[in-house]
Amino acid sequence: MSIMGMPSASGRFGEFGGRFVPESLIPACFKLEEAFGEAWADREFTDEYRRILSEYGGRPTPVTELRRFSEQFGIRVFLKREDLAHTGSHKINNVIGQALLTKRMGKTRMIAETGAGQHGVATATAAALLGLDCVIYMGEVDVARQALNVFRMKLLGASVVTVTSGSRTLKDAINEAMREWVASVETTHYCIGSVMGPHPYPFMVREFQRIIGDEAVVQTRGILNGGVPDYVVACVGGGSNAAGTFAGFVDTSAKLVGVEPEGGAAITRGIPGIVHGMRSNLLQDDVGQVLEAYSISAGLDYPGVGPEHSYLSSIGRASYVTAGDDEVLNALQVLSRLEGVIPALEPAHAVAYVIREAGKAIPLGSSVLITMSGRGDKDAESVARILGETS
Amino acid sequence: MAAESLGDLERALRDKKNSGNKLLVPYLTAGLGNWVEALHAVIDAGADAVEVGIPFSDPIMDGPIIQEASQKALEAGATPAGILSELRRSSFAVPIAIMTYYNIVHHAGHDRFAKELADCGVSGSIIPDLQLDEAGEWMVSARENGVDNVMMAAPSSSPERLRRLADNSRGFVYGIGLMGVTGVRNSLADSASEIARRLKEYTDKPVLVGVGVSTTEQAVQVSRIADGVIVGSALVQRLLAGGGPQGAFDLMRQFRNALDAG
Repeated sequence: MSIMGMPSASGRFGEFGGRFVPESLIPACFKLEEAFGEAWADREFTDEYRRILSEYGGRPTPVTELRRFSEQFGIRVFLKREDLAHTGSHKINNVIGQALLTKRMGKTRMIAETGAGQHGVATATAAALLGLDCVIYMGEVDVARQALNVFRMKLLGASVVTVTSGSRTLKDAINEAMREWVASVETTHYCIGSVMGPHPYPFMVREFQRIIGDEAVVQTRGILNGGVPDYVVACVGGGSNAAGTFAGFVDTSAKLVGVEPEGGAAITRGIPGIVHGMRSNLLQDDVGQVLEAYSISAGLDYPGVGPEHSYLSSIGRASYVTAGDDEVLNALQVLSRLEGVIPALEPAHAVAYVIREAGKAIPLGSSVLITMSGRGDKDAESVARILGETS
Repeated sequence: MAAESLGDLERALRDKKNSGNKLLVPYLTAGLGNWVEALHAVIDAGADAVEVGIPFSDPIMDGPIIQEASQKALEAGATPAGILSELRRSSFAVPIAIMTYYNIVHHAGHDRFAKELADCGVSGSIIPDLQLDEAGEWMVSARENGVDNVMMAAPSSSPERLRRLADNSRGFVYGIGLMGVTGVRNSLADSASEIARRLKEYTDKPVLVGVGVSTTEQAVQVSRIADGVIVGSALVQRLLAGGGPQGAFDLMRQFRNALDAG
């Protein structure tokens, strides 16, 4: 049995996970759990999911060996190229699955939260493709700093609701989407963007994202004469690209490393707590109020983390480390110049860790797979501003 | 159920109910302005128990009014310990239940939090994001410390769940009046009377309806079936508007009179 198998009946990975939502939402969680379980065992559903991801989403995404980068750092590095998937990130894998499930449950509308806007754009895309109504909740601060993505969502036919409560970022967008879900649960599916939320979301989203790891393990075996990389590294905010990647390698000898942002390191610096429907590691103050995360990357700006990551950390199967803004900016430039791949700020955290630890925690000569979870276009403007370039 | 196993909250509400009266339970957010005075005021106005909100950073069951109150209270430095010690300093003629979110309880630790509540004279707890299937540990700690943990039942709950919620609820059973979060509504949802009617099939505990009960007319209407109401956002709105303890008293007196007149 896989270490990343089914959670318990109450949705637990070890002591993490569960279903901490108002009673009003419990029937919907049960229905979703049942619907997902049936769909995922139904060949017709999984064929349709795979067909769309292939014909429309650009899968399988390639694994690219980084020759110049590898030579410079004395290790052999590969990228799993989720940046080449439709909409520019791995988010499409999850939203196609959930949009198909929305239709299968007879619902006509999807709502979603978004921070940087990547999950919002992906959800709006899947809704357009499958003819569903779509409303995206986005914090006021993020609406201002991600104007382009707001426009993309509207172009795709979604409505964007500006959330003005709390810290006006991702955390509050999730709160508002959950409140709206309570009021509209009969007709509406809440398309959560990461491996978080109440059961079955952390499990379901990981299953929709495991296509990353399932592809990558076959691809790297092809390159490494049947072997797997010594290290598999992915960035972790909520943790969906990491969970999807780890799922493919968790039962191999590969060492799994999740890289959190310094200012949003729920596993590294948080303690177990409850927010957004789950028990997991959480940044909180000394009485249990949830803290605001800070990261240069809006996509990792989240004080919690998916419960399965807390579990993998607790059993020592994956290790979690942090990367800071400066080394992330450096990594973004190094990868761009050496390989012609401009990473999003989120996976640049994973690249930064590999650069920092090459020849240290990662011995020279090791093979390393990094999940390139998204492309850097969305961040170009803010990076230009930080680097003092005029764009 | 043997009478001696009843907690203070349930005993008080059952007595009131059995004497043929409708129950009025106001909610107010602790830490907001002169909330302790407002608390005394709503008791003077005729509340049968009061739900005191310990503000949380991420109140997912609350609409804009209680969100604003929570945020203001937190910005003013409200903490669970500070609020509880204020409660400890006063004595109240009716039972006090706290309403908060589970992370506040979880962070303190179940036993420690339950003991603290008991020490401060709190006899009930309402934790909207701690649904029945996750509530086991807290229910044990609460019961051991004489704190009645109130379960919330929703219009979407199945008959089987309503039965289990009613069985496990102590103090009273909280019927959520509509599919939505707390807030002021123009009219009473049909689901408000319906949840009360459905719950009463399973329990003789007091059944109170809250969420979307904003006016005296709505309170009277739902109390034709329910044993009473919880009034939160309408009261907090008045406090946020600067109504102060007198405003709180006046509003709750209107509800009291309306409920007593039927």
